[in-house]
Formats: sequence, structure tokens, C-alpha cells
Amino acid sequence: MANGFGGGGGGGRGRGPKAAGDKGPRRGGSGGGGGMFRRRRVCKFRSEKIDYIDYKDVRLLMQFIPERGKIQPRRLSGTSAKWQRKLQLALKRARELALIPYVTD
Amino acid sequence: MSTKKQYELVYIAAPEATEEQLAALHGEVEQVVGRFQGTIDKTETWGRRRLAYQIGRYKEGIYVLHVISGSGELVKELDRRLKVTDNIVRHLVVRVDEELAIAEHRKQRRQAKTAKRRIARGLPAEPTAEEKMRHVAARGGDGPDDRLDEAEI
Repeated sequence: MANGFGGGGGGGRGRGPKAAGDKGPRRGGSGGGGGMFRRRRVCKFRSEKIDYIDYKDVRLLMQFIPERGKIQPRRLSGTSAKWQRKLQLALKRARELALIPYVTD
Repeated sequence: MSTKKQYELVYIAAPEATEEQLAALHGEVEQVVGRFQGTIDKTETWGRRRLAYQIGRYKEGIYVLHVISGSGELVKELDRRLKVTDNIVRHLVVRVDEELAIAEHRKQRRQAKTAKRRIARGLPAEPTAEEKMRHVAARGGDGPDDRLDEAEI
């Protein structure tokens, strides 16, 4: 019980610095020298007021599938955590229906 | 009542299926739905489509979407039947009513908020046709000018 509570507290505390570090990749990227991409730090779904990610909307989903076929991480796409979770589910459903690939090589 | 849920069923029929076979598949779905007192709210045939990857020996398939209202037992039976049907390459059933309700709620909340803000600024609740045109133009390029205009109003 006490252990569980402590773990929860630790998780909560751990989330603080992590959230602050969310803006970190941008700094790290430019400092690392490899970051020649200028990152759009906006969530597509928030800014464009998309309320529901449809797993059948291939045009929308393909924007989050880079060449290799993997799901684009949100540190690159700028998608908010909430929408990335929804996006992930939609992408995986679309994959099951062979609308988008699992891998491409 | 409480068991009424909305589902989306997408199945991929084999590309070599004939019209009659497709009709038979549709009939089978209808029959199961009917037996469990469900309803088919919408049917969409997307037609022949290339698969993103090869499934078995198939490189394309015929996609069909049904929006079905009914109980969980209905879906269970439907799922089982579709699994053993030869002409179906793949199928997916997803429950959608909850997510759609949330999305609708979100949309209404946002619209209510916008309307409130607009009324506070002395504008009509709904954007006028002229404003919409300007929005489209702003998206195209010279955004700052337009935004200045709106601020002045």
C-alpha cells in the first residue's frame, strides 16, 4: 500500500521534469548539429480542430507515416500526447485493414 | 437498450469474388444482424483497392463497410462467421458510438465557446460568409494583414 503510494508519487514527480524536458529535443536537436529540420511544434489535430481521427481516412493517416512505414514519433510531428494516442490507435487499425503498410523497404 | 451499441464493420472480400458472391456476403451479414435484432445503419462499398501489403496470395481486395447497431453478442457471432467465410480476406469490427459521442461533444463545446466569444465582441454568433472567404484567403498567404483587419473590428 505504502509502496504503491510512493510509486505513484514518484511517477507524478517524474512526470514534471519530463514534461519540462519535452521542449528539450528541440534544443538538443539544434545543438546536436544533426537537427537541420525546423520542427513544427504544433499539434495538427488541435490547430486544425479535428475532433475524431478516422482509421479509414488514409489521406490523413499517411501524413504520419514516413517512408519506412513506421509511426512518426511525436517529437518530430509535434502532435500532443492526447492526440498521438488516438492517432496511434487509428494507424494500427488501418494497418490491420491493409490501408497503410506495417513496413516498407 | 443498454445493449445497443454502434459498430463499424469493414471486411475485405477476395478480388475474384463475383457480384453474386458479394451479394451473398451482404446477405449473410444482414441475416446475422437481423437474427440479433440489430440494424444496419449504413453500407458503403469502396470497391476494388490495392492492399498496402500482400495478404496470403492477394494483392488487392474489395472493401465493404457496414455501420451496425446492435448488441455485443451480435458482434461476437458476426466475427465468428466472418472468420470462417472463405471469400473474406480480412475483417475488422470496431465499436464507434462512444468515440463519436465524445467527438461530437468536443465539437459542440468549441462552437459554443466561439459563439460566446464572438457575441462578447459584438459580432453575430456565426461567422458570416464574407469572413469565411477572408479566412480562406488568409490561409493562402497574406495572413498578418487579415488578422490586423479583424483586430480593428
